[in-house]
This record gives sequence, structure tokens and C-alpha cells, in this order.
Amino acid sequence: MTWNPDSDVVEVARGPEPGGLGGAYRVFGETLRGLKTSFMRVVEGTHTVEYPEEKIPVYPRWRGRHKLHKFEDTGLEKCVGCSLCAAACPADCIRVVAAENTDENRVSGGERYAAVYEINMSRCIFCGYCEIACPFDAITMGSDFELADYNRSDLIFTKEMLLAEPMVRTPLRAEGE
Amino acid sequence: MTALVAAPLGAVNYAEPWWAQLIKAFLIFAIGFSLVPLVLLYERKLLGRFQNRPGPNRVGVYGSMQPLADIGKLLFKEQFKPRGAIGWLFVAAPIISMVAALATMPLIPFSNRPQDIFGTPVGLYGLDSEIGLLIFFAFSAIGSYGILLGGWSSVSKYSFLGAMRGAAQLISYEAAQGLALLGVVMTTGSLSLSAIVDQQGDQHVWFLVPQIVGAFIFFVATLAEINRTPFDLLEADSELVGGFMTEYGGGRFALYYVAEYVHLIVAGAMFSTLFLGGWHIPFWQGAPGFIDPFVVLAKTLVVVSVIIWIRATLPRLRYDQLMSFGWKILLPLATLNALVTALFVVAPWS
Repeated sequence: MTWNPDSDVVEVARGPEPGGLGGAYRVFGETLRGLKTSFMRVVEGTHTVEYPEEKIPVYPRWRGRHKLHKFEDTGLEKCVGCSLCAAACPADCIRVVAAENTDENRVSGGERYAAVYEINMSRCIFCGYCEIACPFDAITMGSDFELADYNRSDLIFTKEMLLAEPMVRTPLRAEGE
Repeated sequence: MTALVAAPLGAVNYAEPWWAQLIKAFLIFAIGFSLVPLVLLYERKLLGRFQNRPGPNRVGVYGSMQPLADIGKLLFKEQFKPRGAIGWLFVAAPIISMVAALATMPLIPFSNRPQDIFGTPVGLYGLDSEIGLLIFFAFSAIGSYGILLGGWSSVSKYSFLGAMRGAAQLISYEAAQGLALLGVVMTTGSLSLSAIVDQQGDQHVWFLVPQIVGAFIFFVATLAEINRTPFDLLEADSELVGGFMTEYGGGRFALYYVAEYVHLIVAGAMFSTLFLGGWHIPFWQGAPGFIDPFVVLAKTLVVVSVIIWIRATLPRLRYDQLMSFGWKILLPLATLNALVTALFVVAPWS
């Protein structure tokens, strides 16, 4: 039944009237159809991911716990303590205190380095702006999302924690998966 | 001690010592109570499968301790009572409900052959009465008192509504349930449950085939009698909070819950006794006697699974639909079924 714009009468498709013998027959048929539908769910099997034992791999662009990076060849930190990440952070959860590199104590590749680098994970909203703001790719978002803890003070991640290679707790989805 | 031998009961003619009957009474209670957590877990697992999820699987191996955890939680909770509730009725109602449910357990015959246990012949049933079916109906009617009194005595809108719905629903479906069985009773000529099963063995066909209409009506009416979906208007979680058990908590709620699942088991066993040939296995006449109870249990499991299947499928009926279905469809159909069966029973050509 196609709509004819020239016609003044709009036809409406209606289902059969409820009640009566036909209604009872249809109810019976529809009940059997429903029983079949729910039985097919048993045949289909379960879709549950049993979380603590089994984890859904995260995508490469997933924004999880932050990581700070070092140069692979020299072992110097990439972070130069410019505080752009702290400026970009909408939740104001990053604290950077910069200090000068000296010849005896060279920590980063630039002139200055981050003497203190803290991220308060209880405030972080995982927006990823710090990663975008960073001119040296010193901070990136990792894949970990299991960050719950019993104390708020334990959720302030220091520079050492962010620099350390995290335990692989979250499977990462391979390219194209 | 020969003076204390109990008189032969019902269709099976042999005497049983009084202590055997005491042990049997205890056993039926124990088995009935231990079947409840099993069915509880089975229902939750199966219902999960119907929804593409595995069901409870955290407590114990495959969730096997889940019902114990549930029951333990309920028993350790505070048993509160609403202010203004009618005290002794409020306490008595769940007990009435559960006693009435458990009282129907011994009626289920598991075998007609007395088993020789340590030299004593023991019948595999609690009570093989000549009026077994009547006792079954009597106790399911008493069970509805537990629901009515519970809803009424807790002085709450939702409880009261649930109880009133329960009163109407149970009374109207009891009529159809009873009439649906008239065909079976007339064909057998007895109200004894073991005689009904024997008749199905003698005529080599289960009552499900000649009494298909009666079986359908009995099944649907039983769903209503044991408050299962789509007839769970007494509880109606989404509209009446919890119906008649709204104000119950802790152990008293557990009693209602246990009664509900005993009803489910008894309904399955009753249906398999009346329509699925009890302990008879099709095309196998010489089955050994010890197998009989397991056959009955297997058939019960099948019926219980179907009831759970229906719960996973159908939504709750509207109240007026429930009433018109009971009075306008089931009752006339049951009457017609009884009439036609009566014609065939007395017909000169048969």
C-alpha cells in the first residue's frame, strides 16, 4: 500500500480486531512463537563476559591510566617540566614543579625537568587533553582502567609510578581487531 | 508389635509397620525441603540461559551454594512486623502456607510396587489414599488461606490488594482445575493417584493423549494456582511491590518462598502423575522397581522446566484478562471436556 499524494483518503493498516475465536487462536499462536523465541536464546548460548577472569581488550585509542615516557636510547625523561599539561587539564589534577637540569644531575632532554610530577587520579576525568597539550609526547594515556583503591591518598600517582612500566593488567586490542 | 500394624491403605494391599510410616513421613519432609534449594538454583540458572546469561555462578562450584547463601541471608535478617499488623495472624499465615504446601507432598506416588527395604515392604509414597485427589485440592485451598491472611493481617495497601487478587484468582482457577481432572477421574473410576497411574499403564497410553484438553486446562489452571507467571498477580512485583508478601522479611518471607517452590515441585509431580503416566516408561514394560521414583522425578523436572520456560516468555496478564480467561474460556472448556469424556465412558459402543 503505497502513499498516493493526490488521494484525499489516507488508508491506515490495522491489525485484526482483538477478542473472539480468531483472537484466541492468534493468542495461542503468538504464545507458541514467544516460547520458540525464548527457547532459541538457550540454543544461542550465553554472551556474558565474566569480568574479573575475562576482560574485553581495549582499543588502541582507549584513554586509561597515564604513562610518562623516557627516551629509549639515552634513558632521559621526555618531560621538560613545561606545565602545559597542567594548564590544559580541565580537572586541575596535574601538579608539576620544574627544576633546572645541571651537568651533574641531568634528568631530562631539555633545559629543565619535572622535579615533582603528580596526577591525582581521583580527580582525573580521563579526557586526554594532557596528551594533546604535551609538546614532547612525554605523557600518553595508557590502557589500564582498574584504578580503584581504598585510600584517596593512594590515588595520587607520583612521577616514579607514572614512569614505571605498568603491570599488564588490561589486554590491548590488536590492529584491525 | 503386630497389633500396631497400620491398616492397608488405598489400592495397594499390604500392611506397613507404624515405624516405617514414621520414617517415611520424616523422609518426605527432608526430601521436600532439600528439593527446594535445588529447584531454586535450577530455576535461576535456566532463567539465565533463557536470557543469554549463565545465571548465578559465583558462590560455590557453578553457583551451587547460591540457594544456601540466599536462605542463610534471609534467616539472619530481622523479622520485623508493621505497626498495626494483627500479630498472631501475621505470624501464622506463612506457616499455614508452608504446611499446606508440604502436606501435598506425601500424596505423590513414586511407585506402586512395595520396595523390600531391609526385609520390610515399604510403599514409595507417603499416603496412598482412596481420595488422594480430593486431599490435594483441599490442601491447595488451605494454602490460599495463608496468602489471604498474610495479605490481610499485615495492614498495608499493597499486601491487601495482592491478597484480594489472590482470593479471586485462586477461587476461580480452582474450579477449572478441578473440572479439568473430571475426565481423568471418570476414565479411571477412582480418585486414588496410584490407581490413576495404573490405569495409564493398563491402557498403554498416557492421559496426555486422550485428555489433551484436560491436560492443557489443568496445566494453565495450575500455573494460576501456584502463582507462577503469567498469573503471578498476587505478587506482581512491578505494580504491587510484592503483593501479599510486601511486609514480610527474614524467616517469614523465606517460609513463603519455600512454600512457593514446594508448590512448583508438587505441581510438576502432580502433572506427571496425572497426565504423563507417573512411573511408566513408554515401550518398556519390565522396568525394575527401583527405577520408578527416578522416572517420576525426571518427569517432574521436565514439567518444572516447561513452567520456567513459560516464566521466561510470557508477561503478566491484566487482571480483567485473567478473570475473563478463567471464567469464559477455561471453565466452559473444562465442562465440555468433562461432558465429552462422560459420553465416551458410558457410550454403548465403547
